[in-house]
Amino acid sequence: MGIQSLKTGSRSRSVMSGNTLIYPGDFESIATVTVGSGGTSSVEFTSIPGTYSHLQIRAICKNNNTSTGDDSITIQFNSDTGTTYSGHALYGSGSAVSAFGSADMVNGYAGLCNRSNASFASMFTGNVIDILDYANTNKYKTVRSLGGADQNGSGGIIFNSGNWRSTSAVTSIKLVQNFVQYSTFALYGIRG
Amino acid sequence: MAAGRTYTPIARTTLSTASSTVTFSSISGSYTDLVLVVNSRNAATATCWVTLNSDSGSNYSNTILEGNGSTSVSARQSNQTRGYTTYNSGPVSTNFSFNQIINFMNYSNTTTYKTFLSRANEASRATETLVTLWRSTAAITSIVYESNSNFQAGSTFTLYGIAAA
Repeated sequence: MGIQSLKTGSRSRSVMSGNTLIYPGDFESIATVTVGSGGTSSVEFTSIPGTYSHLQIRAICKNNNTSTGDDSITIQFNSDTGTTYSGHALYGSGSAVSAFGSADMVNGYAGLCNRSNASFASMFTGNVIDILDYANTNKYKTVRSLGGADQNGSGGIIFNSGNWRSTSAVTSIKLVQNFVQYSTFALYGIRG
Repeated sequence: MAAGRTYTPIARTTLSTASSTVTFSSISGSYTDLVLVVNSRNAATATCWVTLNSDSGSNYSNTILEGNGSTSVSARQSNQTRGYTTYNSGPVSTNFSFNQIINFMNYSNTTTYKTFLSRANEASRATETLVTLWRSTAAITSIVYESNSNFQAGSTFTLYGIAAA
């Protein structure tokens, strides 16, 4: 996070724990997807330019599962469906804390999606997903996310971290769930 | 493809005297998300909340995940009259403060209830994250950030707007 004086416009650094270093003005909107009335089984950003240092996806979402609860969002890069993903998660259910980890998966996990139970009307989860150093061709790629689904008496909050074992620059990102109308995904690039 | 630079400072308050309340009002609906960054120290042990659009009905709920260095907990509050954001220990030491970043997601749409994600850190106590639901489809036009103990002079509160393409 960076601080910019509203009076003088001067910029200074303020790195807060766990957050990407950002100078206001170096955060750029790339593309946005809002799901229409028919819903969709995935949202994909393609032809992502390599001109930024990091990417961030900010989303609200809900899926078409009519049970109670919430579901993880899966993430894939560059249409890679090989067993090249691994990840960890820390989840709070409102009463207990649990941790998960998996290796050699065909996709990663990033955030939460509310279900469409009748009691969850108008409730959408919030998610912030960071893809770090996505254009670097010398290292595997790391993803982190924070997602939360509160349903006034149920729900959960989750931290995800993930690794995609590829040195390719990320040029496309696919998020998979049966997203319903009004789910919205905005992709940003962070210069550095 | 890119639509322009964003993450724009909207307003910033630096307290010159202690106060228990900071208000951002007449918030423009021209952004997609809001981010409130707080760096503060309270006069005493304090709980902090937000109230949106002056709504004091029982429309707020949250789910919390917290770790203090030895234990982790998750907790929940339902049907609250304001949105809990964090708890802090007050003036543990002269130079200690807590920070908090709150992401108000899609705050200006008038179709969905509003969800916000928060991270709070107090080095002397714990780190905490939570998701809060405000059961209203109204666009957020005002935010009151308050505490049951005064925020000390020098505390800063900065509101940013992020606009999607």
